[in-house]
Amino acid sequence: MTNAIKLKAQDVKVFYQKYQALYDINMDIQENRVTALIGPSGCGKSTFLRTINRLNELIEGTAIKGQIYLDGKPIYDKDVNVVALRKRVGMVFQKPSVFPMSIYENVAYGPRIHGIQQKSQLDDIVERSLKLANLWGEVSDRLNSPAVRMSGGQQQRLIIARVLAVEPEVILMDEPASALDPISTSKLEELISQLKEHYTIVIVTHNMQQAARVSDYTGFFLNGYLVEFNRTEELFVNPRDKRTEDYITGRFG
Amino acid sequence: MGAANTKERILNILFWLSALLIVGILIAIIGYVAVKGVSAISWDFIFQAPSRAGKEGGISTTIVGTLYLTLVALVMAVPLGVGTAIYLEEYAEHQSRFAYLVNLTSETLAGIPSIIFGLFGFVFFVIFLNLGWSILSGGMTLAIMVLPTIIRTSQESISSVPVEYRENSLALGASKLQTIRKIIIPSAMPGIITGVILATGRAVGETAAVILTAGSSLGMPILLSDPARTMSVHLYMLAMEGISMERAFGTAFLIIILVIIINYLANLSLRRLSHSLR
Repeated sequence: MTNAIKLKAQDVKVFYQKYQALYDINMDIQENRVTALIGPSGCGKSTFLRTINRLNELIEGTAIKGQIYLDGKPIYDKDVNVVALRKRVGMVFQKPSVFPMSIYENVAYGPRIHGIQQKSQLDDIVERSLKLANLWGEVSDRLNSPAVRMSGGQQQRLIIARVLAVEPEVILMDEPASALDPISTSKLEELISQLKEHYTIVIVTHNMQQAARVSDYTGFFLNGYLVEFNRTEELFVNPRDKRTEDYITGRFG
Repeated sequence: MGAANTKERILNILFWLSALLIVGILIAIIGYVAVKGVSAISWDFIFQAPSRAGKEGGISTTIVGTLYLTLVALVMAVPLGVGTAIYLEEYAEHQSRFAYLVNLTSETLAGIPSIIFGLFGFVFFVIFLNLGWSILSGGMTLAIMVLPTIIRTSQESISSVPVEYRENSLALGASKLQTIRKIIIPSAMPGIITGVILATGRAVGETAAVILTAGSSLGMPILLSDPARTMSVHLYMLAMEGISMERAFGTAFLIIILVIIINYLANLSLRRLSHSLR
């Protein structure tokens, strides 16, 4: 069951000042699949995730070498429009960070940025995005109340709705469940399984059970290297590398 | 256990007392000014022009002069100050020499006594640029004087906007400018408003620098090139030259009311502005 390759990383290296955070990462990420990135803290998995939407460049003194291809086209090139790239590659961060505005305004923020002004069109997008994020039923009667009053789990789903409203093709998730309680987490995982029908998802997680539950492919990072990358069942059942085995059996990390 | 509890309770009372003292001082000052000044206040006092150096008539021209001068100062200082703060926080590399220089300058400017600004304004705007004693000379001098306050408070409130807001906005495909306009400035607006309120207080209260740059004419200022007397200058003259203490207190009372009104309006208009940016 191989699909088209949505993202291809080729010899990606990342440096923060003199410190090298990633070494020659090569990875093919399949379309409409969930790819999980696991590994101990500081292993480079989040850094790799943030190279896919070019968010690492915001940090002063970062240098990136190598190339990432989105649908076969390089994203690290002089004539690439970063804004257009980030519209296609959305991101959900670790800490749900809703903007200090209403629920409606949070979801409408992206579409507005990209030039949609008509109220009826925005209404449609907001409703559709909230429905996709399994949040519509809980908030449809209070769209104009401040988003900060929602629970943590609702905020994280609101952020997913906000990302979906921009109609991305790829969704990056950086430990999206780390601040959530178990019930919110299971709702989020259910949502991820639904979303992969239409989107390519790359998720960084600390939680190996979560990686095993939601993902089709898993990459194990250690000290800036991609140690092993394989189908999730394969990687968890028959790890090829000793270090992967040690990590998933809980011997370190 | 019991001793610790007693200590706790005593400290609690001390903190409460110090907070109470602040409220007491404020009420005492405003109350004293109000009691002494309220008898001088009438519609004529507010709407009539002064005559015989302020011994008779009202203080209308000085109210207009104060509003005019403060408005000119704020119109220049707020965009410049907020713009500088945005540059320093969002665009300049934090370790850069230029950013260091700008920060050092605004810190140094903040510590310079106002009379020095007055002297500079007098020599540069009034004489060298030949603008004379005027609303423009005074307004520009006050603008320079309050600029550091606006820069610093804006900088602080911009830097306290969570970095996650920026990342989320950029990750949604917003440009840096859109992020600043739609997320950062509205989130930082309460702090910016505080800066503007502090600046207004300084501008309205300033006396020495205003006498040197806007003069002390009792005529009604119409043009930017007209000289003007502010209420604070008028208060100073009334009290110093023994013209009328009652009228001095009346003027003082109106200054307090005016500052409250200006703060309210500044608050309202900046909130409107931040809403329209979204």
